[in-house]
Amino acid sequence: MSAEKTYAEINERIKAGKAVVLTAEELIDLVNEKGLTEASRQVDVVTTGTFAPMCSSGAFLNFGHSAPRMRMSRVWLNNVPAYAGIAAVDAYIGATEVPEDDPLNNNYPGEFRYGGGHVIEDLVAGRPVRLKALSYGTDCYPRREIETTITLNDINDAFLFNPRNAYQNYNCAVNTTDRTIYTYMGTLKPRLGNAHYSTSGQLSPLLKDPHFKTTGIGTRIFLGGGVGYVAWHGTQHFPAIQTDAQGRELGANGGTLAVIGDLKQMSPRWLMGTSYLGYGATLSVGIGIPIPVLNEEIARYAAASDAELYAPVVDYGTTYPERQPGNLGFVSYAQLKSGKITVNGREVPTAPLSSYPRAREIAATLKQWIGTGKFLLTEPVQLLPSPADGLSGKPLNG
Amino acid sequence: MAPKKIVLRFGADISGNPVIYRLVKDYDLMVNIVKANVNPQKEGTLVLELTGEKYDQGLEFLRRQGVSVQALTREVVRNGDRCTMCGACTAICPTGALFIERPGMEVRFDGDNCVVCQLCVKACPVRAMEVRL
Repeated sequence: MSAEKTYAEINERIKAGKAVVLTAEELIDLVNEKGLTEASRQVDVVTTGTFAPMCSSGAFLNFGHSAPRMRMSRVWLNNVPAYAGIAAVDAYIGATEVPEDDPLNNNYPGEFRYGGGHVIEDLVAGRPVRLKALSYGTDCYPRREIETTITLNDINDAFLFNPRNAYQNYNCAVNTTDRTIYTYMGTLKPRLGNAHYSTSGQLSPLLKDPHFKTTGIGTRIFLGGGVGYVAWHGTQHFPAIQTDAQGRELGANGGTLAVIGDLKQMSPRWLMGTSYLGYGATLSVGIGIPIPVLNEEIARYAAASDAELYAPVVDYGTTYPERQPGNLGFVSYAQLKSGKITVNGREVPTAPLSSYPRAREIAATLKQWIGTGKFLLTEPVQLLPSPADGLSGKPLNG
Repeated sequence: MAPKKIVLRFGADISGNPVIYRLVKDYDLMVNIVKANVNPQKEGTLVLELTGEKYDQGLEFLRRQGVSVQALTREVVRNGDRCTMCGACTAICPTGALFIERPGMEVRFDGDNCVVCQLCVKACPVRAMEVRL
């Protein structure tokens, strides 16, 4: 008989300081030692973590009103344009935006040393940021220009709102062409010279909840070093269970999350401006999600190890840019983490873009927050679409 | 003339060619190999001290062969505060100076194996690898 638990029961145990909280790594060990049934009975919460570049990130800011008032129809922060097509003195700074005078890939491969993600890191670190804004002037908002300096403390509001984060799984990227290519999966050497992957595997939040049984709208999470929430499913949320040619299940892929949280609580350790040579600027984001062990099925998914979770190997030199279907096979995270995989019969060295030590640190931090009673679990207001909903991406014609 | 230290990088297609022999025979250069490495992908790196009358012609010959030639006058260091230990540098580093220690997956930097090719400096997503003059 497996034990069933409710969110309320688990929260009571957290408040009483009696909850048993393990990281996903620790749960794997416990299941190996004591079996799934016993482990699911003992454990209340499993914590996960991931720290990696997440391009679909950004922050809404409200600067406060100058005298005289100004609408701010165009805004730059440290020379990086922010979107100001919303109400007066509100703006959205997106992680991948770069200064208008950035040479981009004109000097190939471009370096993209500073962008919106770096502005967010500077703000979170408390560093002063140059604000420049233009407007056309109205009767109620007469001012047309401002140049000043702000800090995160000075402004009214700053909340991170990332429309597509925490990718459930991701391609293992390789390059079969004869030239080095520069991608959002890093620098890929010619003729299968290297293979890059970008999830924390057995610690990765959505790989441990493949059917979206517990992660939903309103789930309280670790976000950027502070507390955040799942706001919605992410853009391009097409969750599915991968299978190989024989129909064997190879773990989940395709789910994403939209997340939100107060930037003023966050830390530059967990929001870092990031640059991909020849590709662009972005933001590395730390996310950790608690999984309540409501029943044995949830524990079984959360206990999936690197050997049971797989990434598709995709050629970023040919099929990916052309949006052609297919892959070069699947490799397990255990293989990826070993440092080499075999692709087309060749041994290929692997490297991660997602920091496993940082993912482990997030899972441990969240465990500590829950263990000390300062972080309670939330039951989702609504669950997210799961593989059973059969969502898939629509092509864009043109 | 004092010997100059240079770093040569060879792609897999040319790492089997006897270029050092040609430097000595055709360009009459004195060669001292400081470090040499061919990685499993057959990409080679060499740190040389090179002297001789035909130094410039020798370098020109190397470049014609597709060898990347760079002066070794600097040092690469890791900014430990900035490094997130993601690992993006580790398959780019041609000599294994940047590597992952398993099973913890921590990224280590062994400066003794670094040939200052500086590939990591631009490949590092958070710009934690820095050139020190």
